Formats: sequence, structure tokens, C-alpha cells
Amino acid sequence: MITEKSITDFIYREAELLDTMQWDAWLALFHASGRYWMPLEWQQQDPVLQPSLMYEDLLLLKVRVERLAGERTFSQKPKSRCHHLLQAPTITACDPANGLFKARTSFIYTETRGDVLERYSGWASHDLIESDGHLKIKLKRIDLVNFDAPFGNIQLFM
Amino acid sequence: MGRYGNDAGAIMALVRKAEVHRDVYVDPEIFDLEMEHLFPNSWIYIGHASQLSKPGDFITANVGRQPLMASRHSDGAIHVFYNRCPHKGVKIASEPCGNTGKFFRCPYHAWSFKTDGSLLAIPLKKGYEGTGFPDTQASEGLAKVKNVVVYRDFIFVRLSDAGLSFADYFGESLSTIDNMVDRSPEGKLAVVAAPIRYMHNCNWKMLVENQTDTCHPMVAHESSAGTAVKVWKREQGDSTETPMAVQLYAPFMSPYEFYEQSGIRIWPNGHGHTGVANSIHSNYSDVEGYVEQMVATYGEKRAHEVLGEVRHNTIYFPNIMVKGAVQILRNFIPIAVDKTLVESWVYRLVGAPDKLYERALMYNRFINAPTSIVGHDDLEMYERAQEGLTSNGNQWVNLQRLHEPGEADDVTAVINGTSERQMRNQFHAWAKFMTMNMDKRVEAAE
Repeated sequence: MITEKSITDFIYREAELLDTMQWDAWLALFHASGRYWMPLEWQQQDPVLQPSLMYEDLLLLKVRVERLAGERTFSQKPKSRCHHLLQAPTITACDPANGLFKARTSFIYTETRGDVLERYSGWASHDLIESDGHLKIKLKRIDLVNFDAPFGNIQLFM
Repeated sequence: MGRYGNDAGAIMALVRKAEVHRDVYVDPEIFDLEMEHLFPNSWIYIGHASQLSKPGDFITANVGRQPLMASRHSDGAIHVFYNRCPHKGVKIASEPCGNTGKFFRCPYHAWSFKTDGSLLAIPLKKGYEGTGFPDTQASEGLAKVKNVVVYRDFIFVRLSDAGLSFADYFGESLSTIDNMVDRSPEGKLAVVAAPIRYMHNCNWKMLVENQTDTCHPMVAHESSAGTAVKVWKREQGDSTETPMAVQLYAPFMSPYEFYEQSGIRIWPNGHGHTGVANSIHSNYSDVEGYVEQMVATYGEKRAHEVLGEVRHNTIYFPNIMVKGAVQILRNFIPIAVDKTLVESWVYRLVGAPDKLYERALMYNRFINAPTSIVGHDDLEMYERAQEGLTSNGNQWVNLQRLHEPGEADDVTAVINGTSERQMRNQFHAWAKFMTMNMDKRVEAAE
């Protein structure tokens, strides 16, 4: 039985997998039709006909994860590391009867590589579904507070 | 006074036939001189007329260190001004774009200006009576940029009074913009969204050079495009259709032979493009209904001419790159000697199917975003170069690939696609536009 606590635990577990660089375990949290989306507009509605920073399916996320470990991935020499600081998620839907599980989580994200450290703030929205008794990510949406600013490389996942 | 000052000879000595001195990338004085000379002497893109569709619409832009704004006047004309109040210098427009209504109003003392820049009103005007105010530059309103050309909705300015005309400066290179616009069944492009912005800790010229560097994709992008190809092969299962994403990534892994035969065309004044015979954009899937639309507009023959021209990257010297086949313009905006803001714009082909805009947006976020794995590969190379070039072990950058003795400058030619001649072409133009008004300045000072 999925409860509000299961949703919160799922979100904390996801952040832990990212912070400990367990990429394959993180990918396994996605549903086969899951998407990772970083909009480029305020309250953006459309990921396809409006510009985004990222809108990727599982195939493309696998490419990213595999690339991180590549022998000739020079932008990962040295490797990046990341840290998620999460506010307690706000559950916006927990409706097992209709399979709707949604939460919004305010975060501060840190990505570091070599001597450089960058901080980002925003909100993560999780749209989850139940699959074989487990929660899976249908959509993870990252809205940065300064989505329109010119960033340097963002190589890991918020 | 630094080493280079207004010494045209010292600047020209930085550019040899097939080498350039590292100071062009790392010396802050050279960067200052680029802002003072190269950018004002060149024709610089500042925006697209579709961003100024209604009277009162405005955009802001920087050319070198000059803050500019452009507006649409009530009679439909586009005007370009320096973005400062003639009173105390406060910037009139503070946002990238917007609509000001019937007039601009300075937020500091409420001086107001018509959308053609002329002075409309000053509060307490009687305080200026008998002061000789009409003889000041302030009384003329917003200072105008005189040399403005709107070519097929692309707005270019030249800040220097002296210099080449727009037509002489760009010549036949405008054919890439023509091709991009002609790809709309209505002959019209539209900016409908903000660009992707990406900060680079490197000199702006590294980005410009990379656009026609065809010997790096299969090396530097093995990690991104190469991995995409590998993962797709493994995961494709029974799929017979290659996803749009893989179609966009895979051609980056084309072998040297592909780029050799696809060719490079150079033009005078530093312009040039890769992908003459064909390009990495040649083999995308057809979009349903699009060819029929184009044939209906242009006729069978012309429609296929337009769609058959799939140039890769066109450099409009000094600092933009245009991809007609995917409707993208990248603006390499210099911030400091080692800092460049890249704004990558997508144009919508007015009247064309949504799928084409979807593909252009996808390409832009795959290749030109701070979250792009292809972008990560490139930026890593630029930043390493920016650091490496401070080395005193060798002070020259080598651009010798397929250099021929007696190679002519400022000509039109089609050459082997792995040549570094377009980079040499750019540096010839760089030396020319850096120094063209220097001697006059020295004379004027004397």
C-alpha cells in the first residue's frame, strides 16, 4: 500500500542514490516511459514545442550515465560530485485508487568538479506511478529559480 | 599603455600565414582592442525583427561593450539606439525584450522619448529655457546607431562611421540566411521563445573556430555521440525506426572521409561554412506534409533546391554561426578575454509543421545547452586551451592543416572539408578589422 510516507521515502532515497553516484540504481527508479525534464520557462507547460534545458527519456538518460564512466569522457577527468539538500516534500497527490502519486520538493543542489563548486536552487516535482508494487518515476521535473541564467556545465542530475 | 595600443603593425604580426600568437586568446589588452576596434568595425547581429512585431516592442543587446536597444516605431520602422538616457546615462531598457507602449520613459527623472528615439518631454522644461539646451546632444534624444541593416528580418549594426557597406561586408555569404528563411513555406522566420544561454570560461574566438573544425567531432564527441550510438545499438531491440534523438547525435561520429568530401566554402571578410556537398544534417527523416507545402509555395524545382542545400555551420564573422537546416543561430558574445556568453536561438519556420520546430529545439538542447553532453565535451576543450595557452613553451597556435603556399586571402573558394583554411580566413579578417581604423586614430590624436 503506497502511503504519503512511501512517497517521501522514495524521494529521499532517490537523492541518496544520486549523491552516492549509484547511477544504475537511480535509473532503475524510472518507469520504462519515464522522463527527466528541466524547463527553460516559468511555469512551462510544453516540453516539446517550448525550449527546455533537458527533456530526456530512459534511452538518453542511459547514454548520460554510460558517458560518465567513459574512458574518453574528458569533461569527467576529474569527476564531478553532487549533493542534494532537500526540504520535506509536499505531497500534492496520494491516490492509490487512481494510481496518482505526486510531490513537490524544494532543494538546494551542489555540483562540484576539481576546485569549482556551483550551487543551484529550485523545486523538484515528482510524478510517480505504481508498478509491481513499487513506485516508479513517470516524470521528474526540475524548475530552477534562475532557469534563464547562463550556467556553465551541469553534468550530473538534480 | 600596453604592448599593442594603436600599433597596427604589432597586431598584424600576431597573425602569420598559418599560425596565430596566443595573445589573441589570452591577452586582456587585445580583448580591449577587439571591443574598441574589431566589433565596432564589423557588422554585428543584434536580433530578429520578429522580436519587434508590434509598435513599442523593444529588445536590448550589447555590441562589444556598447549597450544598445532596438525598437519598432509607430510607422513600422526599426530604430537602434545606445541604451542610455541622454540626461544622466541611466539605461532606458533593463530587460532583454518587452513593449514600452507609445514612448520610453527614463525611470530616474522621467525624460521621455518617442519610439524613434526623439525627445518627447522633460518635466519642468522651463528650467532649460535660455540655457542653450537645444545646442546639446541631449536635446536630440536617444543617441542613434546610424548604420543599421535589416536583412530578411535579421538586424545587423556597424557602430563605426567608417567601414565596409553591409553588402560588401557579407557578399555571397548571405545565401545561408536566405536558405534558412526560404525553408519556411511562407518565407518567414519567427522567434517565439528565449534562447538557451551557456557561459564559457574561454575566449570567444575558440567557439567561432570550433564551428568549422571538422577534425574534432569524432574525437572530442566520442564520449557523447559515440556513447549514444553504442547505447542505441544495444537497446534498439526490434525497432526499425531510428529515434529523432539518435538521428541528431549519430552523424557527429562520421569519419574523416565524410567531412573531407562534404567540403568547406570560404568567402571574403572571414565568412565561411562547412557542409557544401552534404552535411551532418542531410539524412534526417522527412517530416510529413512539409515537402508538399514547399512545392506548393516554390514549385517542384525551387523547393528541392532549397531543401537540397543542407549546409552545416556558417560563420558570419566575427561572432555568429547559423545553421539553416535546423534553424539555429548561435551568438558568441564576448564578456572578457576568458569569458564568453553563448546564446543559441531557434527560429520557427512560419507555416511549417510543428515537427520541424520540435527537432530544432531538440538539437539546440542536445548540442548547445549547459546540460548538453556534446556541449560538455567542447567546453572542456576550450577551458583546457584557455589554461594551456598561458604556457611559454610555445606561443603559437597552429592552423596549418591543408595550407598551400601562396594561399589567397579574401576570396571565395570551395576546399577540402578538413582544411583549417576557414580559421585562417577568420584571422585574416580579424587583423583587417582590428586595424582598419587605427592609423586614422593615431593621426587624429596627433
